[in-house]
Amino acid sequence: MNMAAPIKPAPARARLRGERVTMAHGGGGKAMRDLIEEIFTDVFLPPGSEDQARMTSAALAAPGAQLAFTTDSFVVSPPVFPGGDIGKIAVCGTVNDLAVGGAQPLWLSAAFIIEEGCEFALLRQIVASMQAEAEKAGVRIVTGDTKVVERGAADKVFVTTSGVGVIPAGRDLKAENIRAGDVALVNGVLGDHGSTILAARGDMALSTDIRSDCQSLNALVEAVLAAAPSARAARDATRGGLASALNEMAEAAGVGIEIDETALPLRPEVKGVCEVLGLDPLYLANEGTLVLFVAEDEAEAALAAMRATPAGRDATAVGRATAGPAGRVTMRTLFGGQRLVDTLVGEQLPRIC
Amino acid sequence: MRYVEEFRDPVAAKAVLAAIETVVDEIGATAEKPVHIMEICGGHTHAIFRYGLDRLTPAGIEFIHGPGCPVCVLPMSRIDECVEIAERAEVIFCTFGDAMRVPGTKKSLMQAKADGADIRMVYSPLDALEIARRNPDREVVFFGLGFETTTPSTALSIQQAAREELSNFSVFCNHITVPPPIKALLDDPHMVLDGFVGPGHVSMVIGTHPYDFIAEEYGKPIVVAGFEPLDLLQSVLMVLRQIRDGRAEVENQYARVVPEHGNPVSLAAIDDVYQARPSFEWRGLGEIDASGLRIRHAYAAYDAEEKFRVGYGAGPRLVAEPEGCACGLVMTGRIRPTGCTQYGTGCTPEMPLGALMVSSEGACAAYYQYGAMMTDDPAPAVMEAAE
Repeated sequence: MNMAAPIKPAPARARLRGERVTMAHGGGGKAMRDLIEEIFTDVFLPPGSEDQARMTSAALAAPGAQLAFTTDSFVVSPPVFPGGDIGKIAVCGTVNDLAVGGAQPLWLSAAFIIEEGCEFALLRQIVASMQAEAEKAGVRIVTGDTKVVERGAADKVFVTTSGVGVIPAGRDLKAENIRAGDVALVNGVLGDHGSTILAARGDMALSTDIRSDCQSLNALVEAVLAAAPSARAARDATRGGLASALNEMAEAAGVGIEIDETALPLRPEVKGVCEVLGLDPLYLANEGTLVLFVAEDEAEAALAAMRATPAGRDATAVGRATAGPAGRVTMRTLFGGQRLVDTLVGEQLPRIC
Repeated sequence: MRYVEEFRDPVAAKAVLAAIETVVDEIGATAEKPVHIMEICGGHTHAIFRYGLDRLTPAGIEFIHGPGCPVCVLPMSRIDECVEIAERAEVIFCTFGDAMRVPGTKKSLMQAKADGADIRMVYSPLDALEIARRNPDREVVFFGLGFETTTPSTALSIQQAAREELSNFSVFCNHITVPPPIKALLDDPHMVLDGFVGPGHVSMVIGTHPYDFIAEEYGKPIVVAGFEPLDLLQSVLMVLRQIRDGRAEVENQYARVVPEHGNPVSLAAIDDVYQARPSFEWRGLGEIDASGLRIRHAYAAYDAEEKFRVGYGAGPRLVAEPEGCACGLVMTGRIRPTGCTQYGTGCTPEMPLGALMVSSEGACAAYYQYGAMMTDDPAPAVMEAAE
């Protein structure tokens, strides 16, 4: 991977005054330049100083290679929570969107919409998280944007990341590849992120040690693809949880999917949160968990490869694709009964009585 | 996990299911001539379908889904009144999440919120009280909804507001009670009911004696049940045994939570704050005597109907159900959700026609979500009165 050399970091001198972002910092003048340089570019060190990043990559030029391109916005509240913050998710989310398509992530952009009054300390924390996660994932944040809006027009800070990656020749992960008999694997426990956010919001007066599972999965995906080259498709189980990801895949592939309730990996604390609040863990958001379909004869190898990586220690099989009605996801319950696992409608709400 | 996993043990379930099969045979019930058991509470309806109990139990048992879903029995006119209150500029309208998607004549609370009304989802009336304390210049109204399970906490919030002399907090009271609609169903000549699975959490508040009339005056068995699959299976077994033996008694399967005489603190709070309305309108059941609660005159300052001059006494409101909506028939067990012409087509969770598709305890929502009619040979969708 060829990249233009980063500009030399500016000497560390504090130009920003005060503790919070004001409308002046969004004005396009000196104050804005100070904000951008001190908070963002002094940390991210983008190559060059033009509006656009100019990148070359031999991998992209290889015959049969494809460019992968994705974007995501992040508005999580609260912005900081056990296990991460909005910055960490912004990097992991986009890296993972590339990874589940079989792409090797290369570069990210990062755009920030900042509410007037947002503390510099919060922004610094978010940026530090993003840089740390980018280094872990082996990607660079190469360009970005900053806007400031009046108090109330945003909730502290919203982040949008777009990402580019390269899909090597010969790789074609897509839901349509899934056929009856293929095995569904997940790389770890379900529902940690959703539970963490619910508890962190403070509405529920819940006290728990759960942390978000937020992590980059590109290294794990590479390991699995090396061990199971005919892997069919993968999806990260973010908003809407595992159930939503499976419904999308079943629909696209025109297959049925059956999962096994006893096989679902869940922490006892997450089970507890779900029981108390009347939530279904199948629908809780994850930020470091994917579901992957492989041919039956590659399932063992795929699991072994996942379990050998830090992000896949608790990897397990949860079900399989069937010849059942297309697009229908069902679950064999604890009792051997069967129930439908439909797509979520609206937001999951705790029961009232 | 304690108090959960023991009640979901598949081995124990198998044993109970086997016992159920035996008793169903002893009764001689079949798919053509089933035993009709009504589970009153919407939470039970959902539990039955979530665990697939409808298909695990023999075909000789027909579950009839009762009206125990407080959101489902709300007439559309009450939602209209909520929207009317919520759309006032000075009001912060607080409600449980479930009620937000129920359609009114023109819009739901969720649509009113998108149109600019300050409507907030809360998990308890105490949250609404806190909002009132923090916003002294706004009128905070809590949509008090539910059977006896939630009635005490609303009462406590009103008592607390009175102690603090809060002038900006009131409750739009839609609390209802369980025994009257059961009596209405038992009086309905079209209903064929052989026994009841009684509500668990309502009974935690009121105890088991309010159901004595079911056994003593109508000669039907009722078993108060918990919500785990084993609770429900055991309760069904207990009902079946009574039917087989020709008994009609009130039994308590949920004894680990339900005390025979209920919860005295809750009952005292309810008695202090509320009185029964002469009658109350129930979607699908019409007007039922003494089935709804209104806030007593002593607490009139906390009664949103008084403050905003809406609701009963404010004028005639009779709102017809939308075309094709059969919520009333489903709720009284006359038809299955799949027997409604709109089910799954004109009425879905995304675009509901009526409350049974919206509420997390509605029978239609349960059918839709858990795929209750996934089998190839659906059972008859319409109930016939037995000769």
